[in-house]
Amino acid sequence: MGNTAKISCRGLWKVFGPDPRGFLRQHGHTPGPGDYAATKHVGAVQDVSFDVLEGEILVIMGLSGSGKSTLIRCLTRLIEPTEGQLEFENRDLLQLSKREHIDLRRKKLGMVFQHFGLLPHRTTLENVAFPLEIQGVPQEERNACARKYLTLVGLDGKEDFYPRELSGGQKQRVGIARSLTTDPEIWFLDEPFSALDPLIRRELQDEFLKLQQSLRKTIIFITHDFSEALRLADRIAIMRDGRIVQLDTPEMIVARPADSYVAKFGADAPKEDVLSAGAIADPNLPDVLPAQHVRASQKLSEIIPQMLTDGESRVVLNRDNLPAGVLTKERLLSAVFRGN
Amino acid sequence: MTTVDTNAARSSGGAGGNSLTYAIGLRCMRLALAAAAVIAAGYLMNNLFVWARDYPESWVMPISRYISAFFDWLGYKADFGLFTFRDLTRAVSQVLEWPLAFTEGLLVSGFGGVPLLPLPWVTVTLIFSLAGLLLGSWRLAAILLGCFTFLAVFGVWEPAMNTFSLVLVIVPFAALMGMAAGVVLAGAPRLERGLSPVLDVMQSTPHFAYLAPIVVLFGFGQVPALIATVIFAAPPMIRCTLVGLRSVSPELIECGRMAGCTKWQLLSKVRFPAAAATLLLGLNQVIMQTLAMVVIASLIGASGLGHDLLIALNSLKLGTALELGAAIVVLAVALDRLSLAASRYDPYKRGEQKRRRGILLFGVVLCAATVAAAPFADGLHLYPAAYTVTSAPFWDAVVIYVSDEWYDGLQAFKNFLLSYVLIPSRNALLWLPWPVVIALVAMTGYRIGGGKLAATVATLAAFPLITGFWVPTMITLYMIAMAVVVSILIGLPIGLLASRNERLSSFILLICDTLQTFPSFVYLIPVVMLFKVGDVAAITAVIAYATVPMIRYTNLGLRRVSAQTKEAAEAIGCTKRQLLWKVELPLALPEIMLGINQTIMMGLFMVAIAALVGTKDLGQQIARALSDGDTGRGLIAGLCIASLGITADRILRTWSRKRSEALGLTG
Repeated sequence: MGNTAKISCRGLWKVFGPDPRGFLRQHGHTPGPGDYAATKHVGAVQDVSFDVLEGEILVIMGLSGSGKSTLIRCLTRLIEPTEGQLEFENRDLLQLSKREHIDLRRKKLGMVFQHFGLLPHRTTLENVAFPLEIQGVPQEERNACARKYLTLVGLDGKEDFYPRELSGGQKQRVGIARSLTTDPEIWFLDEPFSALDPLIRRELQDEFLKLQQSLRKTIIFITHDFSEALRLADRIAIMRDGRIVQLDTPEMIVARPADSYVAKFGADAPKEDVLSAGAIADPNLPDVLPAQHVRASQKLSEIIPQMLTDGESRVVLNRDNLPAGVLTKERLLSAVFRGN
Repeated sequence: MTTVDTNAARSSGGAGGNSLTYAIGLRCMRLALAAAAVIAAGYLMNNLFVWARDYPESWVMPISRYISAFFDWLGYKADFGLFTFRDLTRAVSQVLEWPLAFTEGLLVSGFGGVPLLPLPWVTVTLIFSLAGLLLGSWRLAAILLGCFTFLAVFGVWEPAMNTFSLVLVIVPFAALMGMAAGVVLAGAPRLERGLSPVLDVMQSTPHFAYLAPIVVLFGFGQVPALIATVIFAAPPMIRCTLVGLRSVSPELIECGRMAGCTKWQLLSKVRFPAAAATLLLGLNQVIMQTLAMVVIASLIGASGLGHDLLIALNSLKLGTALELGAAIVVLAVALDRLSLAASRYDPYKRGEQKRRRGILLFGVVLCAATVAAAPFADGLHLYPAAYTVTSAPFWDAVVIYVSDEWYDGLQAFKNFLLSYVLIPSRNALLWLPWPVVIALVAMTGYRIGGGKLAATVATLAAFPLITGFWVPTMITLYMIAMAVVVSILIGLPIGLLASRNERLSSFILLICDTLQTFPSFVYLIPVVMLFKVGDVAAITAVIAYATVPMIRYTNLGLRRVSAQTKEAAEAIGCTKRQLLWKVELPLALPEIMLGINQTIMMGLFMVAIAALVGTKDLGQQIARALSDGDTGRGLIAGLCIASLGITADRILRTWSRKRSEALGLTG
């Protein structure tokens, strides 16, 4: 994961209503809930700023109505943001001409949709080849490319099937293949697995991670499912009422929630898989350090079996092999079973 | 209304049967009081103000004269410098003559210059049957084979092909125009909102009213008929295009945009293909409207079945007329079934390509063979006249029998209706002073939809008044009211029956479907056979034509009542009767109201046409305007009918919408 920002947005607003710009100006960009109600405006995205780093999976998590769908559509300019800056590779996206923007979408962006968005009158192959067809790539070439990606998502032999002949999981595989045919740099996934049943969802999540290991795309992934966010994310942005309330690694979201709202999501999380020894260790070192040690980066699920068998405390070593804290059995159990 | 409703609900909940009769009694009393108030107001006004009884001539805005003058000017004098309007219409006519000459040559007359014969009847029949096979099934192929053979065997092949060649030119024109307009409007919501009322008016102005202005601008003949029909048939396509494009899921459009589609690519590769089914349904409507209009356009010189039918009707050759009517119906059924099959056709089925190729190959070979063989075998080319059959003598005999044997009975029935029901109600309506009528309309509007609706409907109701068409409008209103009441009395129980029983329902719906494909003109024939001409005949025709939606919507409304609600009512212990009266009917009422609305709209269309069998209403005004070339009168009379329709439509729709919202049925 590089540390350069691929996309960065600053002070992004999307307000729906009769006069969004005037409304923002009038309230000095700090409208309260009452202002919205009084003027029949809705603040779908409010003053959002963040960077998406190259090669990372950034998951935007929020319940329905939190503005995550609007946010991703602002990033792709499927919806025009009301105000704010949006940069892609240091180019101002909001200043691009129509033509330039179409070009950007054709070459650099790919998107997967919640309900697949497959064209019902086209076969699997034609659906996957569609973005290339739009660009005027000759049929032979685009079909070859489409076949390659169909193989990648495990749909060999389904080229001539029509969408309604496929199962939900297969449809989304087509959607994924289609979003990849143009080899985009940024990959938007809008609740891609939400419409699937739990077993298929799990299967596709695993495959998605595997794909990403080889593709190394910059990914913005939307979901309302916190456990999905934990499984997939390098970083999670939690949205509420159009604002990002916390943007952090899964572990920090669970270990140090910014507020009680975020904490509620973390409460049911499988903490032994998310938390590492370093996150819960007691930084106050006692005079006599325990004999055995664990590494700060080790997940609790690795430590639990030994610690519960012998009941001994452990000293937690950081990257430089220096003691960073102590982990007692009580601390471990309370972290796993009671939250923090 | 609503206050009484809650009263009834509350009291019958409280103390059972007694309070129900009390509620009904209360309602009757209120009604009686209201009626008394109306009569009193009418009486007072009539006696106090002359202007209220008879709208003063000097208050009439001479809009119809202006319109006539405008059209005369447009038709004869308008000059745009480089060319006159006349030149323009001539040019349009000439452009349209080309394709028409082609289809006519192909189907009817052959091409004179190059010695080419028209397509043999066998070939045409084959093409249609194979199209039926391709788009539908063996059954559809058999139906189409039957339909076209019918036309040949009954000796009406030539007029039928004449009509069909008009349809063949008009449908693509109207469909393309409608589609183009639909696309433009779909992209411009504001323009669409502005034009929507115009479309409403266009769709509720009867066929008939389109003819007079066309005659002034384009004269009589095939091409003017064609133009009138295109104008008439395009609006449904606009509507369907709009609906179709709107119903494309937003995700698909986003997918297209993210793939980097240009506007045109988005339209041609995503939106149109995804809306194909709705667009084809629109095409079906265009075809049906075209056929209905082409028949009526024979009044301004369209040849074909309608023309022959008109002559037969005028000379009271009822047998022949009936046969021609049957031919129109057969053609309508054939085109309807085929275009419906096209809208359901799925070219993406597994193995479909192979099947399609097979049928096409087979068809091309067979058609080529029949065309090649036709010059050598007379029967192939033109169906041999010696083998045609006609049922006209039989029907003539029936007519004679009916008038001999039933004459007294029918005449007595007719006279009874006229003297005890129709004429008194007509006179009562005409007696009411216009301020009272308009006030009643406005009050109804106010109670149902508030001030805005009241203003709209009052304006609509005042339109006939200020244009000087009050009396014929009231006569139209009386006829339509009579007909609608009867339609409800017939349609409601039938719809009810249909909703109770699957087999009965599919049978009834099949009949409804078939009846709806009949062009309106056709309904006049049997009515004339029974009642000759006059109000009774006209009202009967309206009833026959307009009852279908009543049946349909009643059935639909009752079927849509949620099964859970019904189960809950049954679990509480409702009897069948209680279930119907206390649960199903109230919940189905919004839908039933829409049925009544549809019945009124269709009835108004029929009323206009029924002028051909002698009435004194707006339809007659249009008919006379047509023969006198009085554009303004015809157009305004048509618009008066539209204003009646739209008034009813606004009120009933608003009521239905509010009621379903109150019942929580929407969404």
